[in-house]
Amino acid sequence: MIAVLDYGIGNLRSAEKALQRVGGDAVLVTDPDRAAGADGVVLPGVGAFGCCARALADRGFDTLVRDVVGRGVPFLGICVGFQLLYEGSDEDPGVDGLGIFTGRVRSLAAGVKRPQMQWNVLRRRAADRVATPGSISLLDDVPEPAWVYFVHSFAPEVTSETSSTCEYGGEVAASAERGSLWGTQFHPEKSGTTGLRILQNFVASVPGGAP
Amino acid sequence: MRSIRVIPCLDVDAGRVVKGVQFTDLFDAGDPVELAARYDAQGADELVFLDITASSDHRSTMVEVVSRTADVVFIPFTVGGGVRSVEDARRLLRAGADKVGVNTAAVERPGLVGELAAEFGSQCVVVAIDARRTPATGAPPTWEVFTHGGRTPTGLDVLAWSEQCVEQGAGEILLTSMDRDGTRDGFDLALTRQVSDRCPVPLIASGGVGTLDHLVEGAIEGAADAVLAASIFHLGEFTVAEAKARLTQAGLAVRPA
Repeated sequence: MIAVLDYGIGNLRSAEKALQRVGGDAVLVTDPDRAAGADGVVLPGVGAFGCCARALADRGFDTLVRDVVGRGVPFLGICVGFQLLYEGSDEDPGVDGLGIFTGRVRSLAAGVKRPQMQWNVLRRRAADRVATPGSISLLDDVPEPAWVYFVHSFAPEVTSETSSTCEYGGEVAASAERGSLWGTQFHPEKSGTTGLRILQNFVASVPGGAP
Repeated sequence: MRSIRVIPCLDVDAGRVVKGVQFTDLFDAGDPVELAARYDAQGADELVFLDITASSDHRSTMVEVVSRTADVVFIPFTVGGGVRSVEDARRLLRAGADKVGVNTAAVERPGLVGELAAEFGSQCVVVAIDARRTPATGAPPTWEVFTHGGRTPTGLDVLAWSEQCVEQGAGEILLTSMDRDGTRDGFDLALTRQVSDRCPVPLIASGGVGTLDHLVEGAIEGAADAVLAASIFHLGEFTVAEAKARLTQAGLAVRPA
């Protein structure tokens, strides 16, 4: 079972439906205890960083996320759910992130419209990463050019764990990976067939993720 | 990179797609979910559903349309029409909509945009503005905000109102020229350009598209971030793929269909 964490934020139905479309046994989960037994975990998120961080903590999901990531359970953070994995965000400087990925979430450059609300092309940074033999990566078999849908005004810093970027007033982190821990700044559940292919990779990386 | 979105608009009345010409004279053009899936397959970047259902008896019909759409369409879609409160928006977002559009209610209750942004984030909040050029008197044109499907003048200036909406937390502006809507004469480019230049958030241009070159003009001269059209697509005159091919030909970045 793949637990889509439901902590009262935004449109979660799309993530659930898209995972189901590619064969995933996805379920919206409101109870951290139930999510603890999941084979894979998806953390969506839209809105402000601080609101999401507080909502996550209020429902006890912050501890759950640290626990499942620590145990190597396949994990996918989407949009603000991706940003929450970093140390903090310039959007709400007083609010801590989970600090699982190194780095902070920064504002998009001045001089471009914010939010970036559009499709953009992924630039892979695969050369920077050491793939584990036999393991699946986020962008495996995703056809080029990969156009995906972004809605955001902030993005994590580009670090050695950043696996793809897009160009929007500068180089913007689009995804990061560390083993079975994945995150996307874009919305794979809203990125048509390209996004579904990415989610299919996630489902394939989850033992017991398909019914 | 800035890419231009092509957005078919589906006007929905009691669960069926219709298209207004100058906001009157409607005709039926099919099931919204089937049409949405067709446009997705053609390469549409987003969809807008405008619920023009007059009777509140049928409000739940739209939630059901949204839910069925979310089952089969995996591109973003916005639902506008009849959203008057945080709870109205929540129903649509929980059913699978990505954004909600507010128009009349945002004018009637100026706190609404801020409430929606605080609750769901600015990226969920599209303010739809119906604009009418004030009668030309030789002076530079100004535009007035109209509500209630274009029937009610508000006395608000479109530029000032759009800035106010962004300050309150609107994440996007959907700007319709009432003068051009249904005419097929092209966007009101001066209007579109002025609002786009003033607002730091993305702008969807709407109203008046009759040819594919109108879409190009909207993106270049109008500085729109997205172009919305209905009848040229609904009547089968052009596909979304043809629209995107024309934009590409004009040197604009678009996601290939």
